[in-house]
Amino acid sequence: MHTRNKLAQGAIATILGLAFAASALAADITGAGATFPYAVYAKWAEAYQAATGNKVNYQAIGSSGGVKQIKARTVDFGGTDAPLKQSDLDAAKLVQFPSVMGGVTIVMNVPGIASGKLKLDGVTAADIFRGAITKWNAPAIARLNPGVTLPNMAITVTHRSDGSGTTYAFTHYLAKQSAAFLGEVGAGNTVNWPSNAVGGKGNAGVAANVQKIKGTIGYVDIADAMKNRMNYVALKNRAGNYIVPSQQAVADAAAGANFKVKGMAPDLLDQSHKNAWPITSATYILAYEKGADAAKQKGIVDFFSWSLNNGQKMAADLGFVALPPNVVKMVEAEMKNIK
Amino acid sequence: MQDKFFHHTTQLFAFVVLAALVGILVSLTYEAWPSIKAFGPSFLWTNIWSVPDDKYGALAAIYGTVVTSVLALLIAVPISFGIALFLTETCPVWLRRPLGTAIELLAGIPSIVYGIWGLFVFAPLFADHIQPPLQALLGDVPVIGGWFSGPPIGVGILTASIVLSLMVIPFIASVMRDVFETVPHVLKESAYGLGCTTWEVARSVVLPYTRVGVIGGIMLGLGRALGETMAVTFVIGNANRINGSLFAPGTSIASTLANEFGEADPGLHIASLFELGLVLFIITFVVLAISRWLISRSMGSEGL
Repeated sequence: MHTRNKLAQGAIATILGLAFAASALAADITGAGATFPYAVYAKWAEAYQAATGNKVNYQAIGSSGGVKQIKARTVDFGGTDAPLKQSDLDAAKLVQFPSVMGGVTIVMNVPGIASGKLKLDGVTAADIFRGAITKWNAPAIARLNPGVTLPNMAITVTHRSDGSGTTYAFTHYLAKQSAAFLGEVGAGNTVNWPSNAVGGKGNAGVAANVQKIKGTIGYVDIADAMKNRMNYVALKNRAGNYIVPSQQAVADAAAGANFKVKGMAPDLLDQSHKNAWPITSATYILAYEKGADAAKQKGIVDFFSWSLNNGQKMAADLGFVALPPNVVKMVEAEMKNIK
Repeated sequence: MQDKFFHHTTQLFAFVVLAALVGILVSLTYEAWPSIKAFGPSFLWTNIWSVPDDKYGALAAIYGTVVTSVLALLIAVPISFGIALFLTETCPVWLRRPLGTAIELLAGIPSIVYGIWGLFVFAPLFADHIQPPLQALLGDVPVIGGWFSGPPIGVGILTASIVLSLMVIPFIASVMRDVFETVPHVLKESAYGLGCTTWEVARSVVLPYTRVGVIGGIMLGLGRALGETMAVTFVIGNANRINGSLFAPGTSIASTLANEFGEADPGLHIASLFELGLVLFIITFVVLAISRWLISRSMGSEGL
């Protein structure tokens, strides 16, 4: 009886020890935040687990939620489309770095006009989206499109009704082009669209509005525009060229940007590269400078180093654009501050 | 002893519900406090909802909620009345059970399904085949014309009202059917005996006898319409403005919450959303309380 008890104790101790060792090795990490990069993070986490056995769990609760959660220290890392300012990072003792890039594209449903055949510049787009241009055959649009037969049809603007990083990037771009847009509509996750504009929930909601309502114009992530085979417009970039949205054009925009700034968040909008897609943005990761659990901190660094070096194709397949190699090197250097 | 134990356990369960209700009310008020302090009661009648300016007022959302719910009732009540009357008075007995079950099943369809159907199937049909003729017919009539102005885009206040009406019909119809069944046969038979038609019996015997219960059923439908979130979010067009036209996009309290909560900025934005939630909570609570009271009165004193 006595020996049996001892044996049992020994067995329990061994099992506990093994379980402890396993958990110390694995250090599952949890992140929460932006919905826009969710597909990429989920794919990376799956591949990372297959390659290393370590688990990463990311909850797409929205950028503001991600910032809130990381500041409250309830998650190991946060994700946000709107980068934090250096002062915020210092105050909360956070490290910030970009993880993946994407673009926002203007999509339309105008009878008789094929994808890529309608040209717009930033100011005209801003005037349409603030409700100052209300007809498809308005002179301002006709002037940019000689030879295109524009219908005498009302323009219906459609936008994201839920707060979103897509709206954040798009409105910041238009606000740069037009002071009137900034004054009337504003720039941010949720803004004051003109009174007759129609909101759709999520990229899917906007995509549905554009496909179902004739005469609409809206904006979605490039990945969604491609997936849904939507009609996009050619947008004039800073160099004066009309660009159709593509992953290459997003990569070209990033090539000209200087990531050597605090917080690693350069403005990627309206870059001067001749083929740059004007509405390019990156999404960001937030982590603590000093975490309570060293194994988890190391887990974050390991996961993103692995993903940035092995996950480019996975990101591209999902319609996103991987960071250029020189930026990956800079992110790896920045991640040394995560301890 | 056992009975006492049973009594206390069940009592505890019942009180948990009450505690949850009070807890929700308290936490909503607590979270909404910054907004209540900043805007005061004028929050209720201010027509502005501007995140960039950090200024919030609930009028557009309250307007959208009330207008869509009332319009939904205007459509749903006559139809539900017809359904209930048919089921209790003129329907062949063998058809009663399957029809009644079908109506109750309609209530079980998840609201997101109504929303997706509304956006992908109903809205395009509405834009192409119903809105233009409506506009042609009523567009030039003074006052009423304004309700049907603007481009026919399919989504908007009227579309939301129609989808909502489909969602509340099963609730109203089944309550109406139940209270109609409480009318004593003696009364109806005497009326038929005097040579009344079915319509006359319905109008002069059934309806007066069940008036309070019918109103209760309508209020129950109203309560559901006021709080409906996903279906409305899909088809109302989500514009935080008040527009005189029923074809124009609008917003409701529930759809504003569904849209903006996920990415709300900390501070006044999130507090104002909580205050919107509080307003909806109070409106729905009052409506449901009145409906329960009316139904119980009808069932208790006037029924069998």
